[in-house]
Amino acid sequence: MAKQILLNNIEVPGLAGFEVYRRLGGYSAVEKALKNFTPDQVTEEVKKSGLKGRGGAGFPAGMKWGFIDKKNETRYFVCNYDESEPGTFKDRFLGQMNPHLLIEGMILGSYALGARSSYIYIRGELFYVLKILEKAIDEAYLNGFLGENIKGSGYSLDLYVHPGAGAYICGEETALLESLEGKRGNPRIKPPFPAIVGLYGCPTVVNNVETIAALPWIMNNGGEAYAAIGIGNSKGTKLISACGHINKPGVYEIELGLPVEEFIYSDEYCGGIRNGNKLKAVVAGGSSVPILPAHLILKTAKGEPRLMSYESLAEGGFETGTMLGSGGFIVMDDTTCIVKNLLTFSRFYHHESCGQCSPCREGTGWIEKILTRIENGQGTMKDIDLLVNIARHVEGNTICPLGDAAAWPVASAIRHFREEFEEHVKLQRCPLSK
Amino acid sequence: MSLIKVTIDNIEVEVEAGTTILNAARQIGGSVVPPAMCYYSKLEGSGGYCRTCLVKVAQGSAKDPRPMPKLVPSCRTTVQDGMVVQNITSPEVMENRRAITEFLLINHPLDCPVCDQAGECHLQDLSYAHGLDETQTVEERRTFEPIDIGDKIKLNMNRCILCYRCVKVADQITDHRVHGVLGRGDHSEISTHILKAIDNDFSGNMIDVCPVGALTDKTFRFKSRVWFTKPFDAHRECPTCSGKTAIWMKGEEILRVTGRKDKYGEVEEFICNDCRFNHKEIKDWIVEGPRTIERHSVISQNHYQK
Amino acid sequence: MEDKNNITAFNTGTLALVNRIIKRYPQGRQKSALLPVLHIAQSENNGWLSSEIMDYVATLLDIQPIEVYEVASFYSMFNLQPVGNCVIEVCQTGPCWLKGAEEIIAHYEARLGIKVGETTADGRFTLKTVECLAACGNAPVLQVGTEYHEHLTLQKAGQLLDKWQAENKISHTNPYL
Repeated sequence: MAKQILLNNIEVPGLAGFEVYRRLGGYSAVEKALKNFTPDQVTEEVKKSGLKGRGGAGFPAGMKWGFIDKKNETRYFVCNYDESEPGTFKDRFLGQMNPHLLIEGMILGSYALGARSSYIYIRGELFYVLKILEKAIDEAYLNGFLGENIKGSGYSLDLYVHPGAGAYICGEETALLESLEGKRGNPRIKPPFPAIVGLYGCPTVVNNVETIAALPWIMNNGGEAYAAIGIGNSKGTKLISACGHINKPGVYEIELGLPVEEFIYSDEYCGGIRNGNKLKAVVAGGSSVPILPAHLILKTAKGEPRLMSYESLAEGGFETGTMLGSGGFIVMDDTTCIVKNLLTFSRFYHHESCGQCSPCREGTGWIEKILTRIENGQGTMKDIDLLVNIARHVEGNTICPLGDAAAWPVASAIRHFREEFEEHVKLQRCPLSK
Repeated sequence: MSLIKVTIDNIEVEVEAGTTILNAARQIGGSVVPPAMCYYSKLEGSGGYCRTCLVKVAQGSAKDPRPMPKLVPSCRTTVQDGMVVQNITSPEVMENRRAITEFLLINHPLDCPVCDQAGECHLQDLSYAHGLDETQTVEERRTFEPIDIGDKIKLNMNRCILCYRCVKVADQITDHRVHGVLGRGDHSEISTHILKAIDNDFSGNMIDVCPVGALTDKTFRFKSRVWFTKPFDAHRECPTCSGKTAIWMKGEEILRVTGRKDKYGEVEEFICNDCRFNHKEIKDWIVEGPRTIERHSVISQNHYQK
Repeated sequence: MEDKNNITAFNTGTLALVNRIIKRYPQGRQKSALLPVLHIAQSENNGWLSSEIMDYVATLLDIQPIEVYEVASFYSMFNLQPVGNCVIEVCQTGPCWLKGAEEIIAHYEARLGIKVGETTADGRFTLKTVECLAACGNAPVLQVGTEYHEHLTLQKAGQLLDKWQAENKISHTNPYL
């Protein structure tokens, strides 16, 4: 069994309740930190751990904390629970199964950053998880882990859950802050970054659920122990949301460095491809990362086994590699139409574009329309090049990363499966549709 | 105030710290000035949306000479000492500007023949300078019905490029805003949601800041092509605003009144609705003399240039 | 659906909840409560946000009505037009599509006799497609109110509809209660 940090005890009945969580050693990290560590020492442990942001961008969490402007008395710590990247469902699972782990992480992060009010921003569709979290927060207050003077430490913290209302873009941290302020989820123009000007104009750190949930273990076991897990600069464990045409979809915790082939075919994880079909392609890190054909996801272009790690998945750049992203692992067997799959992604990004800046607002809709034509047999060869061109001009030219997220799947699908697009044009229909 | 050095398209200029690349380029003037469809120096927080002013920062600063990894919006990026910027000297910038222009046009109705903004439209100028000579889109365009917002302003949403300038005008110079950007993505629209008149002493400035023909003056609607009118600086005693305006004349008739726009299309001062809409008699005004039009648009080609 | 009895104000119980929520945000930042309050308003107003109820929310939070309209129209969970009693939201994004979401959608269209985006003539059901619900491992999935229904098959989707029809399902219940 692989190393379990986040999903440890996940099967224990009643884990979502305070008593069971506490009996299994929960909240000991908060006790330890408040008693023996200064806020800066907590930050130090996180830096030592090498923990990277698990929302998708993979930015080192400790470094992000280090940027916070401590001159400002009022600071905020915000949890990004707007999990909406297609293929990603780990946070939903983790938070509903083990809400106290997230709360404990929130207390640790808030203490390290000096926040007195913290917010968990959860996507509105997950209202039932919001209620699980609020119940757990009530329990934490009752047991003295939230509120005034936590366990006699002199540190006080209030924690609230805030619902979104249907907007992928609010997973972008500045859009999230706008949304938390009761506005449209339009990403802010940066700089300034949230660590300087964040929620209500105050210094703020926004971290993903999974990142925050790793904090209690790091506090209990030390940053160095965490850094000893994993491979290269990919420290620790990662939750992988596995879905698509595999025998065992679900959320798996892996030690970073696990071979992709083992992840797909081992019974401990995905259990192989459904119906004994052949693997066609994988989107390894949520819908926005480049799709890879079977031969490139199993092995790098150099012929080395591809590993589930930030570095190995990125090996070869975008020409032959991809990204770990959010860990949304979408597997497609040989019955899958790559064009149609891409169309659903492009429809998604079109639907989710906030509309603030022109390349994304106009480009995402244009891409969807062209793909619809190709899939329906009305495309031309020129359209395929046009798609590549549009993607190239959306990428890098937008206010926030949604533009890149919309462009990469298009560019990579055509890069690796161009003949399938051409076949749609030649046949004037989808060769794979029933 | 300490001055810092920045080089734009090989031209060095000294500017005050805190100046944006765009404004540094405006200090140089001429062809190195990036086009700005959404930035408006008199509106706080404007800019960053249209992406037409993206430039390349080839050197971040003297201290940290690394180039910036992506093109940056020149209107929202402050210069650093020793920064080296490429605008028209960068093929990458020009290539992207062409693409951005195309993005702005794919849902635009291209109805210039019946648009009152024609001749002083920034999108027209932009496409003239950076557009493709053929269209690559066969897709249907997004359409909205034109509506009246108040008895003096016509909103033709099809032409809007979502620059947010009119929203910022309403936020920053009227008592309270009743219109905004509704919807999301390419279905976003400028709207009051429920048909509400925008009725405010300064609402007419939304027309002046609009870079395209989305918000036009109903009192001028279809009266004349702008290039057949002559602008004059004029003023009057006004209890509400400075009373300093441009009056646009055809013969002896005042066809419209606007703010006085500089060469970047920005008004020098915002004017009130009374001056703009209710004073169309020559006796209402003290005429100072003809205005210089320095913009490169069609209207500057006319005979009335100084 | 004009006969629906739309509300223009909250009752005291709901007001107490709204005030508790407003207190979660710093003084003067009551606008932060807008999304939660709109969720509540929509649930109490037959599942949609009328101009009247949005104006009321603006008054409650001491903001301009346009600030409510621009926010309400941005987020996909808010309906600015009347909807049926039971809104069925089927996910159609990649991972759900891979596992047969289109068949589920077609099944509901056929059984309800409506297209996606429409409401049945009796006002009981609205069928919507939505983008990723973050439940891809259990695809295909749909949402009704705050409930997720996962691992859908045509049979299961049909049984769900039978059940909703039998119990006169109403999906817009106050999500906080």
